[in-house]
Amino acid sequence: MLTLRLYLLQRITALLMAPLVLGHLAVMIYAIRGGLSAAEILGRTQGSVLWFMFYGTFVLAVAIHGAIGLRAILHEWAGVKGATLEVVMWITGLGLFTLGARAVWAVTIV
Amino acid sequence: MTTNILKVTIDRGAGASSVQSVFNVPAYDNQTVLDVVSWVQQNADQTLSYRFACRVGMCGSCAMMVNGVPRWTCRTHVSKVLNGHEIEIGPLRNLPVIKDLAVDMDPFFDKWVAAEAVHHPSASRKEPIAAVDENSKARVAANAGIECINCAVCYAACDTVTGNPDYLGPAALQRAWTLLNDAKDDGRLAILESVSGAGGCHNCHSMGSCTAYCPNDLDPMSAIAGLKRETFKSLFKRGL
Amino acid sequence: MKAARGITSRAHPLWLAYILHRLSGLTLALFLPLHFWVLSLAMTNPARLDGMLHLTEAGMLKLIEFGLVFLLAVHMFGGLRLMALEWLPWSAPQKLLAAGAAALSFLIATLFLMRAI
Repeated sequence: MLTLRLYLLQRITALLMAPLVLGHLAVMIYAIRGGLSAAEILGRTQGSVLWFMFYGTFVLAVAIHGAIGLRAILHEWAGVKGATLEVVMWITGLGLFTLGARAVWAVTIV
Repeated sequence: MTTNILKVTIDRGAGASSVQSVFNVPAYDNQTVLDVVSWVQQNADQTLSYRFACRVGMCGSCAMMVNGVPRWTCRTHVSKVLNGHEIEIGPLRNLPVIKDLAVDMDPFFDKWVAAEAVHHPSASRKEPIAAVDENSKARVAANAGIECINCAVCYAACDTVTGNPDYLGPAALQRAWTLLNDAKDDGRLAILESVSGAGGCHNCHSMGSCTAYCPNDLDPMSAIAGLKRETFKSLFKRGL
Repeated sequence: MKAARGITSRAHPLWLAYILHRLSGLTLALFLPLHFWVLSLAMTNPARLDGMLHLTEAGMLKLIEFGLVFLLAVHMFGGLRLMALEWLPWSAPQKLLAAGAAALSFLIATLFLMRAI
């Protein structure tokens, strides 16, 4: 169910995300002082190439990582297998990427 | 010489029609779980099916679930597992039950072969016996896993096997790892390929139940980690 | 109840680390679509985004947020632990020390940061 390639993709995206998660945790601890507001978040992120790259990479990695992780759980705990498992993994990955890309676009570009 | 009585619950039958029977078994100071099962078969119900041979932890045929944990029943003292004065005994997990406490070991051994955990000769009998360096890194790694006696305790302990029936499991993969490190085994490519397949070592989540419950104190989880490292090293060598 | 006992009777530290990693990962994956959707409101409906963000002040949601941040940290450290276990030929006590040191330093860093701001 998990081949060498899927295993490696899972570990590579994990390594890629480790520093991003630390960064994200730091931003969160910093950002929640005095409550959250749209203006504050957007003021920090909008028009910033750096934040676009940071969260763009994060979204791409998490879409792959999450899809492979859910694949393992769906197979082991829900008995999903064969072509259905492949399709569900791809839909999960593409869905996460689409939603994530929209969010990154919304807070850094528009 | 004691009047104490053990309440022993044993899984009977197989599959959907399986039921539990309760037996009252006299307790003794020195008594293994296998002694308890044998007492039931000899004194209470002759139709009880179970498997054992050596009674001293060498053959690996008497493994059963004892209070939910896979164990060699011959080497498990009753006092170690007693829950009040009760014990629950069932057939090994993750294998089809033939009847009562006897499971069909075929899937376990089939996977052993599927993992290429078989000898691949590197020389014929006409050639001299190759010298083995006992202190080489590979030999030390192989030695760490060769005492496996195929009892399937690790296989029954592994939740990944439960959820993923194609997964080769800890015992077969550990043997593949020992052969990969064996100077006299010539199956490197075949082994690496078979443990990289759909049911291969990459399905392992390192939950460590194999290592935690191995009655021989072996460490299949680390052996499987070794396979993971070797498979991706060889992948990078061949090019992605 | 019986099923739960069937699982917990075999639980051991490494198994608990595995189940924590799996459940935290599953929860994070299920939370992500909501997270992304709320942020994309910045593009489609900024007023609604502000409304949502003010909601995060509520006590119950604060607790859920804390839970999610905790799960994220736990999943990351659990993953680093897993990769160290698989890839670094360290002995078990070394790994335990390394995990302890990482967790402790992270705790100290977080405390420092919270005091600093």
